[in-house]
Order: sequence, then structure tokens, then C-alpha cells
Amino acid sequence: MKKREIYLDHAATTPVDAAVFKKMLPYFSEKYGNPSSLHKAGDQAQAGVIKARQQIASFLNCLPEEIYFTAGATESDNWIINGIVEKARQNIKKPHIITSSFEHNAILEPIRVLEKNGLIEASLLSVDKDGLIGLDQLKKAIKKNTVLVSIMYANSEIGTVQPIKQIGELIKKINPKIVFHTDAVQAVNYLNCDVNNLNLDALSLSGHKIYGPKGIGALYLKKEIPITSLIRGGGHERGKRSGTENVPGIIGLGEAITVIKKQSHDKIKKLRNKLITGILRDIPDSYLNGSLEYRLPNNAHFSFKGVEGEGIVIALSETGIYVSTGSACASHSLSPSHVLTAIGLSNEQAHTSIRFTLGRQTREGDINHVLEVLPKIIKRLRKISGR
Amino acid sequence: MYSKEVIKHFKHPKNMGEMKNPDAVGQVGNPNCGDILKFYLKVKDNKIKDIKFETLGCAVAIAVSSIMTEMVKGKTLEQASKVTNQDVADALGSLPSFKMHCSSLAAQALKKAIDNYKDNLTEQAS
Repeated sequence: MKKREIYLDHAATTPVDAAVFKKMLPYFSEKYGNPSSLHKAGDQAQAGVIKARQQIASFLNCLPEEIYFTAGATESDNWIINGIVEKARQNIKKPHIITSSFEHNAILEPIRVLEKNGLIEASLLSVDKDGLIGLDQLKKAIKKNTVLVSIMYANSEIGTVQPIKQIGELIKKINPKIVFHTDAVQAVNYLNCDVNNLNLDALSLSGHKIYGPKGIGALYLKKEIPITSLIRGGGHERGKRSGTENVPGIIGLGEAITVIKKQSHDKIKKLRNKLITGILRDIPDSYLNGSLEYRLPNNAHFSFKGVEGEGIVIALSETGIYVSTGSACASHSLSPSHVLTAIGLSNEQAHTSIRFTLGRQTREGDINHVLEVLPKIIKRLRKISGR
Repeated sequence: MYSKEVIKHFKHPKNMGEMKNPDAVGQVGNPNCGDILKFYLKVKDNKIKDIKFETLGCAVAIAVSSIMTEMVKGKTLEQASKVTNQDVADALGSLPSFKMHCSSLAAQALKKAIDNYKDNLTEQAS
């Protein structure tokens, strides 16, 4: 980014880390072989893929053969749902899936389609106003034919964090055969993702949310768990996910994950809290959405009375500050974010919302600048709306 | 994403604000759908002498409100009611297809204001 540009939309995507990019480069035009080829050019590429798989396995505390590379977390999410269901339907006519009302659409859409086609039963757990799932509700939802529970670790909009470890414990106590999956896309940067510690059987992650490249992700799937393939063809990834490996992407994903361990989150949390304090102090009728305590350290989500979210985003963008909104106007579907309505926000509150997600390069000066600029923007837009 | 015209009207809207003692008011939308457009009219000799707007909405909603006021100011009520949402969209250069509904809101709000004026006249006459 050039001159004074302040990017505060890291939940949407992140820049590729310079060190990660450097590690990827040789695999474009030097070590460009197909990992499946028998010759030395193929071996070179394959060595890179093996190393990346090991890096991710080490981060998640699982075996390398439990890591499958995909084109992104959306594919991983689609795969775990369709693959577990297809396998389960060999024995159960209508398997049951439990998820939450505020998952990413990459989880909700495949479930919706399976339900519409009469292939599954689905239960959507509700969340409280803080964005948290109640364990009692989950306990009641589990049935004899439940095969999969999928709960996202940290929500992409309001950043709230679910008690994944306790959820996993509960599921295993009731029925250890149920597959417990989490979409950890937003969590990987900041939270413990030791799959054993968290009682997880499956996990989706994405490269471009963790300062790695776009177009690459992974699915962790515990060894014994049977699953059918989503993408069929040449038999790559131990026959489970075909397609020539995106080698540079895989290298980037592996490197990006190793960089995570070296980060401290205190600074980003401090800056985020400074932003929250400043906004709530300086802008009347502004509200923080979601729990402050059980929340990712980089996320701040607000509603501003009398001003529409997309207008705020465009106005900020014109000054070089980049954020996002849950407003309907910003979505092509013209409906407000389902996450915000799930935590009990009215449509009005959803339409007036803004999400800030800080990143590794965010500085105190950036926050100060936002606190200077935003109140004026809100004031101007409130004048235009007369509210 | 948006044309220069949209950004121009969003950053420097024309005829924005409340009107004291308007001859008519027209409002469409509600906080539930995220857009509220309101036009105030001052009418003399069947022409729109003055028009102002207040809009709670996205950048396009604000831009269409602003440009609509420019397009109908000084026109007769008949001429003003003939301005379509496509005219507004064309005046702004181009609008992404999922934003076309914003231009309809402006046309609807204006029609409501004009109808409101006609109703007020009828009331005064009776």
C-alpha cells in the first residue's frame, strides 16, 4: 500500500508476509516440478510439500498424514460436511448435523443444500447476545443419529471465541463416534489450535487469513475417520483430494503457520482496546457488539446510530482507511449479516455496523488517525441522514 | 467500485438538510431495510422552487438523493414525476446492478412528496 493507507480489514484478508513470500518464490520457476513426477524435478517440489505438511502438523499437534491440502477453507468446510455425510449415509438414511446459526456460509450453505435435498437433519444452535454457544443447548441437540458437530472457533465478524475444548469434551462424553469439526480460519492467528488438547477430529484453515497466499487451505482430519472425497481425479493426497498440488501455495501456507508462533498479541490487543475506548468515548450513540472478554485480540465491531454502514466504509476508504460492514447495502444479497441478527442485533443495528480488524503492521499512529477521522465522518453522515 | 459521479455526490451532496416549512414531504424506506430517503419540497406556480433531502443509507443512496434534487429543481411537478430511476442511474454514470434499487427509492420518495403536495392542496381547497 502506498502513502497513508491504514488497512484494518485483516479478517477479510491479510498481506503475504515478506519472509513467507521469499520462501514461495523458488517454487514458481525454479523448483516448479509436479510433485507426482518420478524425476528429480518432481522430487524437489515434493520435498517442499512434505516439509509444509510437517510444519502444519507440528502447529496443530497431529500427524502429517492427517493434513490434506485444499484450495481454501471454503473447500475444506464443504468437504468435511459432504464427505462425512456421504460416508454416514452408507449406514444411516438421514444423518444428523449440528452447527450454529452464526457459522460462515461455507458451513451453512452445504448444510442447507443437503437438508433441502432430504439427505440430512440439521440443528442450528443459537448464540447469546455475546455471541457464545450454551453447552446445555448442545447437549440437548445431540441425537442417536448425530454424526457431525461443526462449530467455528472464532467468529469472523464479531471475533467471539467459542469454548471449543469444553464442547469437544462434552461431545466425546456423549458419543465419541461423533466427528467434531471446527472452522478455525480466524482463530489460527491468535488461539491455541492443538487439536488433541481441544478434542477436535477435524479443522479447517486458510492461507490468506494468516499472512499467507490466497487460494490455499487445509483440512485436518483424524486418522481413523472415514470420509468420501469431494474432488476426485488423479488420486492425490492419499486418494482423498485430487488435483496437482498448488506447490507455491502449500509452501506459503507452511511458512505462514510457522511465523505465527513468534507473534505476541499484547500489542495488538492494546491498540484494539485503545480504539474501542476512543470510539465509545468520542462518538455518541456508538455501541460495541459482542463479548469483550471472549474475543479475538484484533477485532472491534460497532454499531453507530443514524448512519448506514456502507456509507461509513466508503467515506473511510476515501481517506485511506479500510474496514468492513455487516450492513445489507454492502452485500449483494441485500440482507444484513446473519451473524449480527444471530446475536440479537436488530436489522437497524446490523445496517449501522462497522468491523475493524487490526493486523501485525497496525501502529498506534494508525489508531490515533482513525480516532481523529471517524467522529467527523459519523457527524457528517448523521447530518445527511438527519438522525 | 463506484463512478466518480457517485463519489462526488457522496462527498459533496447538493441540497442536503432539513427544510423549514416545506410545502410537502415524501419519505420511503425504514431502518429495518437500512435505507431511508426523505425529500422536502417548496412549490411555486406548479414548479419545484426548492428541494432538500435527508438520507440514511449507503453511498449510492446518498448520491441518488443528491443528484435527484439537482435534476428536478426548477422543473414542473409533471416534469419531475417523469424522472425515472434509470434517468438517475444514467446521470450517475453507472450503477452496479445490485445498487439499482437505490435509484428506485429516490424516484419513489419524490413521487410521494409530489403526491403529498397534491393532497395538501386538495385539503386546503376543501
